[in-house]
Amino acid sequence: MTSDHATSMTGDHAVDIDRHVRVYITVFVALMVLTIVTVAVSRFHLPVPIAVTVALLVAIIKGSLVACYFMHLISEKKLIYAVLALTAVFFVALLALPIFTVSDGYWIH
Amino acid sequence: MSDPTAVTPKSHVAHEIHHEELGFWRKYVFSTDHKVIGIQYAVTGLLFLLFGFSLMMLMRWQLAYPGAALPLIGQLLGEARMPGGTMLPEFYNELGAMHGTIMVFLGVVPLAVGGFGNFVLPLQIGAPDMAFPKINMVSYWCLFLGGITMLGSFLVPGGAAQSGWTSYAPLSVIAGTGQTWWLIGMIFLITSSLLGALNFITTTIQLRAKGLTFMRFPFFCWAQFVTAFLLLLAFPPLEAAGVMQLMDRVAGTSFFLPSGLVVSGQALTNAGGGNPLLWQHLFWFLAHPEVYVLILPAFGIVAEIIANNTRKPLWGYRSMVYSLVFLGFMSFIVWAHHMFMTGMGTAMAAFFQTTTMIISIPSVVILTALIISLWGGSIRFNTPMLFATAFLPMFGIGGLTGLPLGLNIADIPLHDTYYVIAHFHYVVAPGTIFGLMAGIYYWYPKATGRKMNETLGKIHFWGTFICMNVVFMPMFIIGMAGVSRRLFDAGTAYNFAQPTMHWNAVSSWGAWTMALFQIPFIVNFFWSIRNGATVGENPWQATTIEWSAPSPPPHGNFHGSPEAYRGPYEYSVPGAATDFVPQYEA
Amino acid sequence: MDIPYTVEVRRDTGLTNGKIGIWLFLASEVMLFGALFASYILIRTGAPSWPRGDTILDVPLATFNTIVLISSSVTMVMAWASLMRRRFGTYRIYMGATILLGLVFLVVKYFEYGHHLRLGEFPSSNNFLAIYFTLTGLHMLHVFGGMVVNAYFWGPGAKLWKTNPVWFTNRVEHSGLFWHFVDLVWIFLFPTLYLL
Repeated sequence: MTSDHATSMTGDHAVDIDRHVRVYITVFVALMVLTIVTVAVSRFHLPVPIAVTVALLVAIIKGSLVACYFMHLISEKKLIYAVLALTAVFFVALLALPIFTVSDGYWIH
Repeated sequence: MSDPTAVTPKSHVAHEIHHEELGFWRKYVFSTDHKVIGIQYAVTGLLFLLFGFSLMMLMRWQLAYPGAALPLIGQLLGEARMPGGTMLPEFYNELGAMHGTIMVFLGVVPLAVGGFGNFVLPLQIGAPDMAFPKINMVSYWCLFLGGITMLGSFLVPGGAAQSGWTSYAPLSVIAGTGQTWWLIGMIFLITSSLLGALNFITTTIQLRAKGLTFMRFPFFCWAQFVTAFLLLLAFPPLEAAGVMQLMDRVAGTSFFLPSGLVVSGQALTNAGGGNPLLWQHLFWFLAHPEVYVLILPAFGIVAEIIANNTRKPLWGYRSMVYSLVFLGFMSFIVWAHHMFMTGMGTAMAAFFQTTTMIISIPSVVILTALIISLWGGSIRFNTPMLFATAFLPMFGIGGLTGLPLGLNIADIPLHDTYYVIAHFHYVVAPGTIFGLMAGIYYWYPKATGRKMNETLGKIHFWGTFICMNVVFMPMFIIGMAGVSRRLFDAGTAYNFAQPTMHWNAVSSWGAWTMALFQIPFIVNFFWSIRNGATVGENPWQATTIEWSAPSPPPHGNFHGSPEAYRGPYEYSVPGAATDFVPQYEA
Repeated sequence: MDIPYTVEVRRDTGLTNGKIGIWLFLASEVMLFGALFASYILIRTGAPSWPRGDTILDVPLATFNTIVLISSSVTMVMAWASLMRRRFGTYRIYMGATILLGLVFLVVKYFEYGHHLRLGEFPSSNNFLAIYFTLTGLHMLHVFGGMVVNAYFWGPGAKLWKTNPVWFTNRVEHSGLFWHFVDLVWIFLFPTLYLL
């Protein structure tokens, strides 16, 4: 049983935390702005494919901010990245493959 | 003390500061010890395997003698299920659906993963327990609740689920109450697996002993590790699908109900617009990786036993490991080979056919490596080794017969016939279950401190081995003749089926005889607890870390922390004093 | 018996058991919600027509709820940061705020659902409503679950701060990761259902 005091906190010290907190506030503001943007854009009732693309892009940006900074993914360890990368591949497969099996006609004819 | 972060010895201890004696309930029922939980899982799994087997033996009466009254048992089951002792089609369908569900989710997985994984994995990596002992306990009780729900479903009005273990919509959506219970039961079982999976992965990565690098892992550990990823990432879509089917059944939604559905002459009043194929996609997204969940632990067990009983290292360990990982990955992108007949276009059919052919390669690599591992070995044919060796050709038959099913054109005449049943039973029954039997005989001494009786073991083996082939080989014949599965009358209504119908009785007698050959096993299992030959730590002269612990291991498993000094299969090392050099000896 | 790496990190992975455990759990949740999104895609593309979200759902109310949930994510991470700065009192305030904001979210959803049900808009009415109720309902259950865990760490669980502050901080971080994930799902749910 190790008693590893130095590494017992996740490596952060009080000084780092102040920097983190500044980032949290910045991200919060960005998220608020992006929320307004996505709602505002939706008011234009763009054609569905464009609306979907814009909404998805904004959501991905917002989601990435939450993941990278609130969830500290930007400074996480390789193992976590590996697990999430694997999950991402299967997530995409689950979203894409079923729709291809029913829309097959479009691409072939 | 001004610095609250200073870690005192007392604050290090997360729970149980003094090891006072736990009461009966905390020690044997609500235990957080992986060994107790492993045994709970194993015993539960074995009981459900027996129950699922019994359901099938009932079915086999109807299949051998369609419409005939079953003496004694027929009366016991009551007029609602077997009026005058003859089986109702609805009851036959209940038996079929629940046989599959129980064998897969309540029998094999709890035994292979919950039982063997929990008991052996921490010991094999030199850990004191799982990373999350309390979550481990919760995962068992989720399984237990799931099991009770599934058993209870037999008693609800209309009986248990009867839409196949695959619960295809729209039939499952309009089915009786038992299906709702099935869905709720599945949610418990899925939760159990998810909690177990994250425990296994964390434990394998974090709690392995000093010196135990990944490429020094026993193959069993790799197998459980990859299996855990399959469970973790493949089960959630079925959970989502289960919620949606519950919504369809209970809240009147139409996720899986197409428009314009007419049942018994009445048009359904649901909104419609749903897609039965959506259920199939979500179901098979889980169910395909699930079949690898069924086989991988067996590969792991067989690998351990073969290395041990040939007194040789495994041949091609590295390629086996890479194959295992590749197999696990591929298993997520082959699922629609179960859906070739649903009208998908040629492009997607080609995609899934290709991935399916590719996935057969790692299986062949692993099987071949195991077979080559026998070459030049000093083979000891004890009971574990008999089961492990028989696994090889049985899995070979099962695997090879899967190939035509994975090719979309060849699948056309074979889909949903008895050929499919024969294929998958070969891989699971004389495949996986033989691996699990081997494991029981192999690790029983570690768990109990006593060996099982060899004579009874050999009777169990030979009887079961012969009967397995008597039961399932004829099904290839029936299936290739075009007889569909899930037919209440076994196909006797069809002219084209007549030449092959006599095989049904052969399979049935094989099954009933197989039941008799399980008696030596059951007797042996219980008799040996008190009367088996006592053993020390390493009765099989094995090399992996679990054999350095006492038999049975105490709470905390090891005296001190084990360390790994070499690979897992250092048998017959030239120049060594004995024919094995354990992984854990300096 | 001690389980190693509960509190201190393992050197070669740089991680504690709990950190790996929670991320693995979140990976499975990605697949869970992924399946529902996949279902949404299949159902919507297979439907002859599909209503635009704002024709049936209350966008201003949901926008408010989005702001509420994002704010609760900030207070959650600030709660953990307070523990890292050894300010237990501040932690209590931020964690309390997180729970309160979660409660606001749930109350708003209660009124939202109630409104639809009163208008006769049930999950069984059409597939848009079916997937709406199912997706937001499952999400709501996760919000509730997260709140229960947070309430435990605000209340009875906070005792651990006295005996093992490092472990307590880590556990709050892990429950924060779950909470952020719940927010992340909503960030995708909101435009998908309400704006498209």
